[in-house]
Amino acid sequence: MAKHDHTHEHTAPPSDPALRVKALESLLLEKGVIDAEALDEIIDTYENKTGPRNGAAVVARAWVDPDYKKRLLEDGTGAIAEMGFSGIQGEDMLVVENTAEVHNMVVCTLCSCYPWPTLGLPPVWYKAAPYRSRAVSDPRGVLAEFGVEIADDTEVRVWDSNAELRYLVLPVRPEGTDGMSEDELAAMVTRDSMIGTGVIQAPK
Amino acid sequence: MNGVHDLGGMHGMGPIDPEANEPVFHDEWERRVFGVVIATFGGGNYDVDQFRHAIELMGAANYLSTSYYEHWLHMVETLMVENGTITRDELDAEQAKLAKEAA
Repeated sequence: MAKHDHTHEHTAPPSDPALRVKALESLLLEKGVIDAEALDEIIDTYENKTGPRNGAAVVARAWVDPDYKKRLLEDGTGAIAEMGFSGIQGEDMLVVENTAEVHNMVVCTLCSCYPWPTLGLPPVWYKAAPYRSRAVSDPRGVLAEFGVEIADDTEVRVWDSNAELRYLVLPVRPEGTDGMSEDELAAMVTRDSMIGTGVIQAPK
Repeated sequence: MNGVHDLGGMHGMGPIDPEANEPVFHDEWERRVFGVVIATFGGGNYDVDQFRHAIELMGAANYLSTSYYEHWLHMVETLMVENGTITRDELDAEQAKLAKEAA
């Protein structure tokens, strides 16, 4: 094998990620850079305590309370914090409303920006090349892959997230839900409907 | 900087293939990477711009053929070595030790 300068990029295949993270974690623990308990708490918070149920509660509140909805559209971050949801990757939120005229969907073409406090951690497809490359060039084709068809006369608006601003879609409240409670409504709200890759079906 | 991470509009990346009822993490090592990254990021060891820059410096082939948490792992290894918290030699030695223990 030819001799080479040993800099950042290894030319040999890297060892498997499980081994690499174990080595890194054990060195950082040993040096006191990270704390084992804090690490477990971080994982538990994002695996078990944060997720799209948070965003669904925000959506349901907006559907039943016009004043809240107004605040949510004017100051997303503040109105979401009223419901108790805030923190990293949710510092600056813009809520965009779906209507009969406009369907919004959210992508992060550059990486993986996503509103963690309201939706939890993003699914693999959101962070992967196929969605990121095509959401901006062929949004209707992408929506079709999710089984979503948007009427030709409805504008499809794609929002490209970044490190400074994250988006949450306020989906259309389905027909036939007039008598439903806020909790019942929240239970209907899907993660994908708040990314804009899903719509909420009317109850049968 | 233009680079492979700037995926908007690129062709030929294949179907989206969403997974039904996807778990938050697919493997224990993903869980550990997430924890180590959030703990070191939260501890002020680097900022969000360094975070992204380190991932954007990955080679194009490597970037496209590795998963999201492998990008994170590459990032946190790179930055913790660059800021002098650990050395590449320490990391290599620890990996070799763990590999030997597991063998």
